[in-house]
Amino acid sequence: MNFDFSDEQQELRSQARRFLEKHCTPAKVNARLDGAPFDRTLWQAIADMGWMGTAIPEEYGGLGLSYIDLCVIAEELGRCVAPVPFSSSAYLATNAILQAADERQKTAWLPGLADGSVIGTFALSEGTAAPSAKTIGTTFDGKTLSGTKLPVIDADCADFAIVVARDSQGRIVLCRADLRQPAVAIEAVDSVDDSRGHAKVTFNRAPAELLAGQTGWSVIETLIDGAAVLVSFEQIGGAQRSLEMARDYSLQRRSFGRQIGSYQAIKHKLADMWIAIETARSNAYYGAWALQNGPAELPVAAAAARISACEAYWFASKENIQTHGGVGFTWEFDCHLYYRRAALLAVMLGSPRIWKDRLIQTLEQRNAA
Amino acid sequence: MDFSDTPEEAAFRAEVRAFLEANAEPKSETRTVYPVSYGSLDMLPLAREWQRKKAEAGLVGLSWPKQYGGRALPQIYQVIFDQEQSNYLVPHSVFDIGLGMCIPTMMTFATEEQKTRFVGPAVRGEEIWCQLFSEPAAGSDVAALQTRSVKDGDDWVINGQKIWTSGAHFSDWGVLVTRSDPSLPKHKGLTFFFLNMKSPGITIKPIRQISDSSNFNEVFFTDVRIPDAQRLGAVGDGWKVAVATLMNERLAVGESREPNFADLFRLCRQLELEDGPALRNALIRDKLADWYVQQQGMRFTRFRTMTALSRGQTPGPESSMLKIVNANKRQAIARFGSELLEMTGSLVDPGLSPLKAVMQQALLDAPGTRIGGGTEEILRTVIAERVLGMPAEIRVDKDIPFKDLAKQ
Ligand SMILES: Cc1cc2nc3c(=O)[nH]c(=O)nc-3n(C[C@H](O)[C@H](O)[C@H](O)COP(=O)(O)OP(=O)(O)OC[C@H]3O[C@@H](n4cnc5c(N)ncnc54)[C@H](O)[C@@H]3O)c2cc1C
Repeated sequence: MNFDFSDEQQELRSQARRFLEKHCTPAKVNARLDGAPFDRTLWQAIADMGWMGTAIPEEYGGLGLSYIDLCVIAEELGRCVAPVPFSSSAYLATNAILQAADERQKTAWLPGLADGSVIGTFALSEGTAAPSAKTIGTTFDGKTLSGTKLPVIDADCADFAIVVARDSQGRIVLCRADLRQPAVAIEAVDSVDDSRGHAKVTFNRAPAELLAGQTGWSVIETLIDGAAVLVSFEQIGGAQRSLEMARDYSLQRRSFGRQIGSYQAIKHKLADMWIAIETARSNAYYGAWALQNGPAELPVAAAAARISACEAYWFASKENIQTHGGVGFTWEFDCHLYYRRAALLAVMLGSPRIWKDRLIQTLEQRNAA
Repeated sequence: MDFSDTPEEAAFRAEVRAFLEANAEPKSETRTVYPVSYGSLDMLPLAREWQRKKAEAGLVGLSWPKQYGGRALPQIYQVIFDQEQSNYLVPHSVFDIGLGMCIPTMMTFATEEQKTRFVGPAVRGEEIWCQLFSEPAAGSDVAALQTRSVKDGDDWVINGQKIWTSGAHFSDWGVLVTRSDPSLPKHKGLTFFFLNMKSPGITIKPIRQISDSSNFNEVFFTDVRIPDAQRLGAVGDGWKVAVATLMNERLAVGESREPNFADLFRLCRQLELEDGPALRNALIRDKLADWYVQQQGMRFTRFRTMTALSRGQTPGPESSMLKIVNANKRQAIARFGSELLEMTGSLVDPGLSPLKAVMQQALLDAPGTRIGGGTEEILRTVIAERVLGMPAEIRVDKDIPFKDLAKQ
């Protein structure tokens, strides 16, 4: 057993951190939150680092590294609340194609994703219901898509979406649809975290292409499991940064003649954040391993990673604000960037409630077998 | 003990209901929050108008003496009013700080003439008040404040800065604590005033909150003159007056702000989950029950406080629990309610979520509730030390002259 990252991966991490500290500053996140358009220069700079192609095999234009390497990058992106469609494009759209497209489609579509010249996103949710094989109402008639997806994250900057739909036989399928075409209406909507664009996307007999490799709801479950592991690293990165901010501030801020960090109320709060983060981290490491090497373990490992990462990020981001007192509640301080992202990531791939249910269901089935 | 209304209370409740029915729109299955938000500029005239109507109907300052426009009723009548009003959509009260804290302080410390001048306009919503206590380096530790007051003839000259002053940008008057003598230990050299917020030398800069509205401000004082007649309490006795203001703040805690149990219950009644109606789901029922119990616990605790008050006892530090529980409950319900909406739980657009996205919108406001009016860390210490009699925190700065503290 080796439950840590390799030296090369640690090197990748420090390289990523240096790069992001320089190019992806809180000021950039704040600007985007405040309505600045998608920062294509930043996206291109990230693309030039090769990160989007990390886990894409070399024959499709990627680096052919592992998902574990991608997890390292995810954590660093989460740490700086990167205002880029990385999870939509490099986890969800990319993996949907890797898992469900045929050879011709992979060859045609993956190189653009790997070099960042094309951005993809994933259109699953259709409203307040937890997405499932039962709730998908968008239809695919073999050539065109019809239906409404809400919300679609990053639809403002994505070139195409991988759309979950129902075909004429009622089967769940994945289709690729260009978002920049007349039969697709994209209506921007406000979210708790506008550093990532959100939209209501309506397909009105929009031409689309079926991902011809695999179909069925189980493909989507596997895809989401993988994304959940990667996102859990983003959450841990953000939670860790929240803890560091709280620690730094509590060393510097004084009340009643003492550093606030000298009060046990604050010490215990920070210790609890740390415990939540380390619990999530350990679960996420196992998730990363399962994503790369242990498909049979993935459903359980992904659920555990996701549930604990949602909890850690929520707790750390809200208590970071609390530790800052009044300034934590201001737009000017960066605490809220993390709190917002925590709220977004907690529902992006399904709420913890749904994952808890799935986790126990999987364990139940496994014990029955 | 009797939880049913006395005949007088029942008559008052009926009066309040009749007033609300005639003048406000009840909350509904689709809307539980007033359509114009606190942060919006349109809100102010609406809030004033609502206050005026209530005052005309004799429903403001219920427990105050009659000569100031009150009705000299026991405090429990305010609870009855708040309870009934919480079923209606009404503008956010910009008068809570004035009526809940500043005016009660005036009642205790101002002259008869001043009370006659100021109470009426505050009751009728004509004048708005704010509380100028916190400073950049004096929040939890408000007695560490540095804003200076220096006597000059019949006036005091004020220099310094306050921060987090809710509503300063639309307030007419404010209550202010200052340091008049830095050679004394920090609680001893303070002096308390009320002042006109339009005085020359005051600069107000709104601060943007994480919710994107700007309800609180930085307030800068440059040679601002306040007549000595507007001093409340003796020179150097400002801490005593400030504590009286803060005591009243505890009482001002009303029905917990939305989203509360009722909002979540409404949401769940409308929502279909993967296994049927949300209200049939065991986890949802478990959560709802917990929050109901908390809400009722706080409601009845408030009744007990009011009973104690009507017997002439002063509100003790016990009321700190209301703030701790309500603020955390609000944040937890906002999160739970948002997450129940799955991926749409991140959308704040009122048109796209049930109950006009009350859950998502509250997510970004709730963190402030846990900080404003005393943080929960401070309030827990208050409960431990003053209710339970546990040993006090070691205080390193208590008896040292204030001017020497900065050097440390
Ligand atoms: C929405 C809002 C509205 C407000 N409105 C007003 C207003 O109208 N007028 C006004 O005067 N002020 C107002 N305030 C200010 C408010 O009273 C202060 O923010 C609050 O008292 C905390 O002070 P601080 O911000 O300086 O935080 P700090 O005191 O610096 O606290 C930072 C952190 O340290 C903790 N801490 C500090 N001391 C201790 C201790 N001894 N033991 C354990 N933990 C400790 C705190 O709990 C907090 O988590 C408002 C604040 C908010 C958020």
